[in-house]
Amino acid sequence: MAPEILLDYRPLWAIMISLAAAVLILLTGERRANLRETWTILAAFGKAAIVFSMLPYILSGNVIEIAPLHVAKGIILQLRVDTAGMLFAALASTLWIVTSFYSIGYMRGHHETNQTGYFASFAVCLSATIGIAFAANLLTFFVFYEILTIATYPLVIHSRNDEAIKSGRKYLAYTLIAGQLFLIAIVWTYLLVGNGDFAAGGFLNLEHASVGALQTIFVLMIIGTAVKAGVMPLHGWLPAAMVAPTPVSALLHAVAVVKAGAFGILRVVGYVFGPEVLGQIGTADVLAWVAAFTIIVSSLIAMQQDNLKRRLAFSTVGQLSYVVLGISLLSPLGFLGGMYHIIAHAFMKITLFFCAGAINVTTHKTEISEMKGIGKRMPITMAAFTIASFGIAGFPFLVGFISKWNLALGALQADKGLFIAVLIGSAMLSTTYLLPVGYMAFFKSSDKFTKYGEANYMMLIPIVITATLSIVLGVFPNFGANFYDLAVMSAQSIVKSVQLIGGGF
Amino acid sequence: MREQLPALIVVVPLLAALASPLVAYFSTTLVRWLSIAAILVAHLSSIGSLVHALTQGTWHYHFGGWAPPWGIEYVIDPLGGVMAVLISFVSLVVVVYSGPFLKEYDWLKKGIYYALFTLLTTGLLGMVVTGDVFNFYVFLEVSSLTGYALIAAGGNRATVAAFRYLLIGTIGASFYLLGIGYLYAITGSLNMADLAEKIPLIIDSPVVLLAVVMFVVGLGTKMALFPLHGWQPDAYTYSHPAAAALIAGVMAKVPAYAVLRFFFFIIVGSTGPVQSALEVMGWLAAAGIIVGSIMAIAQKDFRRMLAYSSVAQIGYIVVGLAIGNTFGLIGAMLHFINHAIMKSCLFLVAGGVKFRTGEHAIEKYAELSRKMPLTMGAFLIAALSMVGLPPTAGFFSKWYLVLGALEAGKWPYVVVIIISSLLNAVYFFRIIENAYMKKASPPLADKASSTLELPLQMLVPIVVLGLGILVLGIFNEQLVSQVLQYAIPGGGR
Repeated sequence: MAPEILLDYRPLWAIMISLAAAVLILLTGERRANLRETWTILAAFGKAAIVFSMLPYILSGNVIEIAPLHVAKGIILQLRVDTAGMLFAALASTLWIVTSFYSIGYMRGHHETNQTGYFASFAVCLSATIGIAFAANLLTFFVFYEILTIATYPLVIHSRNDEAIKSGRKYLAYTLIAGQLFLIAIVWTYLLVGNGDFAAGGFLNLEHASVGALQTIFVLMIIGTAVKAGVMPLHGWLPAAMVAPTPVSALLHAVAVVKAGAFGILRVVGYVFGPEVLGQIGTADVLAWVAAFTIIVSSLIAMQQDNLKRRLAFSTVGQLSYVVLGISLLSPLGFLGGMYHIIAHAFMKITLFFCAGAINVTTHKTEISEMKGIGKRMPITMAAFTIASFGIAGFPFLVGFISKWNLALGALQADKGLFIAVLIGSAMLSTTYLLPVGYMAFFKSSDKFTKYGEANYMMLIPIVITATLSIVLGVFPNFGANFYDLAVMSAQSIVKSVQLIGGGF
Repeated sequence: MREQLPALIVVVPLLAALASPLVAYFSTTLVRWLSIAAILVAHLSSIGSLVHALTQGTWHYHFGGWAPPWGIEYVIDPLGGVMAVLISFVSLVVVVYSGPFLKEYDWLKKGIYYALFTLLTTGLLGMVVTGDVFNFYVFLEVSSLTGYALIAAGGNRATVAAFRYLLIGTIGASFYLLGIGYLYAITGSLNMADLAEKIPLIIDSPVVLLAVVMFVVGLGTKMALFPLHGWQPDAYTYSHPAAAALIAGVMAKVPAYAVLRFFFFIIVGSTGPVQSALEVMGWLAAAGIIVGSIMAIAQKDFRRMLAYSSVAQIGYIVVGLAIGNTFGLIGAMLHFINHAIMKSCLFLVAGGVKFRTGEHAIEKYAELSRKMPLTMGAFLIAALSMVGLPPTAGFFSKWYLVLGALEAGKWPYVVVIIISSLLNAVYFFRIIENAYMKKASPPLADKASSTLELPLQMLVPIVVLGLGILVLGIFNEQLVSQVLQYAIPGGGR
């Protein structure tokens, strides 16, 4: 059954709305802060409305396309909303709404400077993210990918001190170099195939080039995308970038930027090469082992961090490699689990970062060792934190379980049972580095935190929402945006089979 | 009138230049408007000629009715037309921008400045529209001499720089003259179209080889191709701040255009000396890209950094020519345009900062983002474009160049281009860090008298070029498939 293609400008509007908001934010400026924030909120709701209005049509198995102009000679800037793109776009636009409110609360609570630039860059980042989700060919993808790199830079260096400048340099060094390597691979692909249009199941195969050339292209593309996904040894920028304000860490370094990298890997593996070709050239196994290595090592490093945000950063590095691992297993359920983990991790990690930010704003504590007994002062925040921690560890009835269950099945399906050991080991490790925070907060007492005093509502409500969603999605994985169905449909299209065997959850 | 358009491109600014000192005696306001109007006419004529060339084929205009190969012929083909539009556009923007710098000059200096400026424009435009190699030399000297004068107008240190450039530039131009001398001796013709018919028959002659070598050295010197670039950093750094954008933006492009014209349209041959010459130039350019970028990183003066960056960027163009396939040539052509706009924009920014704070040192750019948000915004776009990040224009010339290099299997060029992008990132982000993050200590001197960050005459050109970079990037495909692909040899009609 060939999908119907609807020509519609909505994907373009979804990108442009936050770009327009960025311009309005810059024009409004620091003096009229409330008006400025109104643009952010309006754009966030508008974007989500546009994205979700396309959902039913995509769920019925069709795609929406639009090609507003040419990117370069012979290559059109094409936007196509398919199931995988929809999954990512729906996630990013949903979380932008909560983050917008949280940002306002955080930035004002923290009396940050340069807020105009902050909100404008944030909006541009979201445009780029949606562009990445909807890009229909490699060059379009790359254009948005680089825009995201640049738009994130002002957020990383937000505090303008020496540490921030250093982190900014590190960030640029990693992402720009990897981006250029990605570019070479893209140019090469265009020369070999004549186009770079993503196709479920891949379009680049052994008819186009030798095994060696394909392996090189694959490695270059994976370097380009894996750097954003923080796969070791390309992860160095991620913990450093934690100097950024917490909402940035929350949305960008747990959702948009890193997930853009993970999503890029999905596009490369599933839509450029495809499982069949990768099975023949054998590079996906290497990627799987690199991911497994990252999962274990990052957990070990995370245990040693006392700074809460740094610990979360290393946890992010590890969790993203779950996605990478799932994709590189090349089995149907591996794809499904990997894609659903993009969703699962996003909700859990954003909750954790939100909590870290709330703690920072209300108590000015950033180190875990100083948080003994903080549960007395901020019970709701710490409860949310604990829920999300359980989710990361993969407890049933939380959203993290669903993805991990599918990942494990995917490993079995691919006859690579050894990876299950990695998954279990990592789950154990994550209980050792995240749950103690909750334990210390509630069961240790301290004379510092005696009175109740939560963060302001602008911050508290988003925390409650995302924590609740982590539970709801754990019980009803299709709640709201039909994320699970979208992941199933994408996996089906990549492996070109309706049967995923076993049926997942 | 319409059939005289090609002549207007050159004649109008030439007359305006001659009249300028005289007009300035009566009114210094009038001389400004005269120059702007003359360049505007040249610009509109260029556009008209280009449109004509694209819709009805190459336009041959015989000066004074003398038919070639005896008379002087102006030829507007898409290539020359594009260059003419580009040069006159940048010139127009820069002449508008010049105004505030000349406030303190008396009428004579003002008159001479505008005379030199329009004459420089005349020379540059003349080179790209002429169909006669000797006439090209005449215009080359016109532009060079006015260029020397405008550089010398920059002040104390500029005189040395200008004198050095004068010596080296004259030698370069002489090499070019010798080159066409050899060609004239062997073919008896100076007309480009005529030469293009005669030379292929004698392509293996040692005289042609000698001429090619002369062109490489002569034009290489004029365009500051590494390692013949020694004159260029000083000249660009110390030139008159108002005219620097025109000098740095387009003056070196025209000799590069001449390389394209000579080696792809006149001395055609798939084998023979031209291919070797291009090969050699390609490697020199590749070395220049790396050396220029590294030298740029080492600079403390913003303009000097830009000058070294120009050594690298002219290398991109030459590399594109050396690659020689369709993508490579499109990349080179696109980079003519992109780099002219980017570099002019950057020099306009440098001039603007100098105008406002009196500083050129990179470390004095601290906190400028607050004082001059629009100027720094334009700078930001230009810088990202120099690094070659989408969707700015610079990315797309890089895209075509890399595409061409890969298609031709010339991997080293790919590596060089990629490394250069990263080096570009190093020196431009250093300034971005300064302008956006560092605190100024002691606080900047501030010469501003009004609420605007710069006088409108300066601000508008800067913003126009800054936005132009984005527009060029987003609509590059239209430019390439509707104009540039007809401008390269063998493309279109």
